[in-house]
Amino acid sequence: MTNLQLLWFLLIGVLFSGFFFLEGFDFGIGMAVRFFAKNRDERDVVIQTIGPHWDGNEVWLITAGGAMFASFPMWYASLFSGYYLVLFLILVALIFRGVSFEFRANMQTDTWRNFWEWAASIGSFCAAFLFGMMFVSMIQGMPIDANGNIFGSFTDYVNWFSLVGGVAVSLLCFIHGLNFLRLKTTGELRDRAQKWSKILYPVLLAGEVVFVILLYLTTDFFTKKPVSTWSILIALVIFTLAAWWGAQAKHDWASFIASGLSLISVVVLIFNGLFPRVMIANNSANSILIKNASSSPYTLHLMTILTFTILPIVLIYFIWSYWVFYKRLKSPRAAEQ
Amino acid sequence: MLSIGLSMLWLSRFQFAMTTVFHFFFVPFSIGLAFIVAIMETVYVIKKDEVYKNMAKFWGKIFLYSFAVGVVTGIIQEFQFGMNWSDYSRFMGDIFGAPLAIEALAAFFLESTFIGLWMFTWDRFNKTIHCLFIWLTAFGSTLSALWILAANSFMQNPVGYAMNAAQHKVEMTSFSAVIMNRQLWNEFPHVIFGAFLTAAFVVAGCSAWRLLKKDHENFYRKSMKVSLIIGLLACMGSVWSGDTQTRYLINNQPMKFAAMEGIYKNSTEKGDWSLAQGTKGHQKTWSIEIPYVLNILGHHSLNGTFKGQEQVNKELKAKYNKNGETRNYYVPTRTLFWSFRIMAISAGLFGLVAIIGLWFNRKKSQSIMRQRWFLYVMGLMVWLPFIVNTCGWFITEFGRYPWVVYGLLTIADAVSPTSTVASLMFTNIVYFLIFASLGAVMIILSHRVLKQGPDSVTTDGYSSKPEKTSKVDPYEMGAAHND
Ligand code: HDD
Ligand code: HEM
Ligand code: HEM
Repeated sequence: MTNLQLLWFLLIGVLFSGFFFLEGFDFGIGMAVRFFAKNRDERDVVIQTIGPHWDGNEVWLITAGGAMFASFPMWYASLFSGYYLVLFLILVALIFRGVSFEFRANMQTDTWRNFWEWAASIGSFCAAFLFGMMFVSMIQGMPIDANGNIFGSFTDYVNWFSLVGGVAVSLLCFIHGLNFLRLKTTGELRDRAQKWSKILYPVLLAGEVVFVILLYLTTDFFTKKPVSTWSILIALVIFTLAAWWGAQAKHDWASFIASGLSLISVVVLIFNGLFPRVMIANNSANSILIKNASSSPYTLHLMTILTFTILPIVLIYFIWSYWVFYKRLKSPRAAEQ
Repeated sequence: MLSIGLSMLWLSRFQFAMTTVFHFFFVPFSIGLAFIVAIMETVYVIKKDEVYKNMAKFWGKIFLYSFAVGVVTGIIQEFQFGMNWSDYSRFMGDIFGAPLAIEALAAFFLESTFIGLWMFTWDRFNKTIHCLFIWLTAFGSTLSALWILAANSFMQNPVGYAMNAAQHKVEMTSFSAVIMNRQLWNEFPHVIFGAFLTAAFVVAGCSAWRLLKKDHENFYRKSMKVSLIIGLLACMGSVWSGDTQTRYLINNQPMKFAAMEGIYKNSTEKGDWSLAQGTKGHQKTWSIEIPYVLNILGHHSLNGTFKGQEQVNKELKAKYNKNGETRNYYVPTRTLFWSFRIMAISAGLFGLVAIIGLWFNRKKSQSIMRQRWFLYVMGLMVWLPFIVNTCGWFITEFGRYPWVVYGLLTIADAVSPTSTVASLMFTNIVYFLIFASLGAVMIILSHRVLKQGPDSVTTDGYSSKPEKTSKVDPYEMGAAHND
């Protein structure tokens, strides 16, 4: 394995971390539209919190996918073709939630406005759930043949562990979204979001315990890398507890950062467990390794130069755009007075 | 087994064609409209005439719908290389991945961030800065077209690579060669001009419909003027770059050219050009021909000849069928022939309509309001650019049959071995239903915006009618909008 290959493995991890941190609260906000907000005015505010940002956040996914294609074509090809139907459903979910924000605002009847709101909520939930399911089933080891093609059966994709993973990730996103709402709103909405996350955190913690047990039973993470796996899991639990504490103590920022970091820990856990593989086969001879999956040194080199010149500029205006919309949105009832 | 294999391939191809064609309904419209809106806003900044601000906001609203649909269908595009064409991805990743990743990094971040800023900050930044946002968005979308077309151009005309036979893949040896690909610098201007033309004629056509209803004369006549000027220039650009493309093809992809022009036997010095023809089994059955036009179009002179498909097929067989393969290199001639006719004839029509429209729409004259037939024609032409764009891609993509990557990888070798007929059937049907409904919603919403009229944007920051969700800049006022 060369340094460049290692670097790109890490960069893919960074891009997916960025995606889960940012799109994580987007998904959460999307779910909140119908599962949390109580009336139309509240839903307006909830959607407005991500109005200018959701597309930019989704570009993290597009970049992660593109970067994976560029740096590890064998990984991209095997993962994307192997998870054909899962990714198809993710795409459908992303389509519905993506257009819903724009379309909803111009609907003239309540029925249709409800329709697009449900599209936002169900789409966001399904996307988060399916991503969780996909990554969790991936680390259990898939039936991969010598050419890197996955010929899986239903239970390879859908099993207890992957279902728990899906639920955990979508719950984490939902809470992350609530924490974002606490940052961006005032009054009634903010208070309710805080109340909800106080209640949801114990549920999440219970889910994390189940997750760890299943991780122990079904993957080779603890045998191959006990120290790092345990450290990351402990970090995950600490972040969860910190976010919970933030909800008790009305520390909006602490909660938000901590819930974002818990999502990132999940990504780190997966990438740490994968290393030095990119796809785990249940017949270990067929696992796809970093060193065999990458594109040529020339391409990696080129991509490295380009990424390190372009990404910093992107980050500057990306962060600036959040700063422009820094102000809290008043909750509808407060605005009426 | 064979027939199942074939239909799996067929379904994958159908899926790719359907999703890209749908994506490409919105892409050129968004690219072009971003520029048109940017130009309108710039005129507002310079002239300080509120009409232009309302124009930018009003057409900007339709732009946002198109952009949203373009975005969600774009993600399908990126994913389906891995999902449906995994062997293609393994073969091409070294070269294709790089432009795709740069596209996301350099272009998509730019446009998605600044479109968000543009949408929600009409009253927060000073005019010039706000106008800069839409220019950056437009610039970003043009960049994204450049990068994706770089990948497409490699498929049409591979350059700057070396074969890695052991691993059966291509490897990039020169990024600058990939970027300086002649094919790209033919294709990119043509696509961009096509995009300007698309948006210009949609804006002009919609304005024409409203003028038929005698609605907001000043507003729509000005919109029509701006868009027709852009449309006319874009049309000239399309013809110029289309001509460059055509002549490039003669040497580079002679089969594509021969099929476009419906030539089977080598052409004679007389240069007969078919206006229309019937074909059966690689033979012409009838045709309407005009002498010398072929030479004028292809060689820019009265003399010269062109290879017909029969000869090109022989040459390609000699070149590529080295291991005793029996493959033929004919392409779907009828599709290419008629697509090209539609494209070229429409180009003429666009130019004509733009000139007449600008004439009728002179400042002092009222004639545009009296020429109702002309407004009808222009209104109906809203649909034409979309058809023409699709025809253009049909030529490009069907014309490289049987290759995916010209001379290197065939379509049959590109498809995912893991795909199944059942799942492809399922996904094709669902995609189709989704696209049909998205298209319908898109049309309904644009109609509604048109009906609500330009006044809807003058009252408050963004949205329409007093009723329901409106986007007064809530970030500024610290309050969500209430009815
Ligand atoms: C409204 C848009 C529009 C208009 C008016 C035209 N085209 Fe076009 N054409 C396209 C939109 C387009 C396109 C969809 O954008 C394509 C597909 C791929 C490409 O490069 O551009 C295209 C492809 C395309 C190709 C195939 C290129 C290849 O495969 O390498 C040729 C030869 C032409 N065009 C030629 C012309 C000529 C001679 C035109 C005018 C007389 C013309 N086009 C008008
Ligand atoms: C088949 C290959 C293609 C892929 C993989 C692809 C990928 C994408 C993706 C992922 C997006 C969403 C970006 C976002 O979220 O902001 C998108 C939108 C866009 N694409 Fe494509 N695309 C393809 C074809 C094309 C072509 C041929 C062009 C132009 C000639 C183009 C130009 C654009 C533009 C300008 C946008 C943004 C504007 C809009 O959404 O309408 N794409 N594309
Ligand atoms: C956005 C405009 C585009 C349109 C409308 C378009 C249209 C089509 C059509 C109609 C086909 C089916 C042709 C066939 O079955 O032989 C096709 C196939 C294909 N195109 Fe394009 N295309 C576009 C852009 C691109 C771009 C930008 C790329 C790659 C960078 C691309 C890559 C492919 C691939 C991989 C196939 C499948 C192989 C095949 O069946 O030929 N296309 N496209």
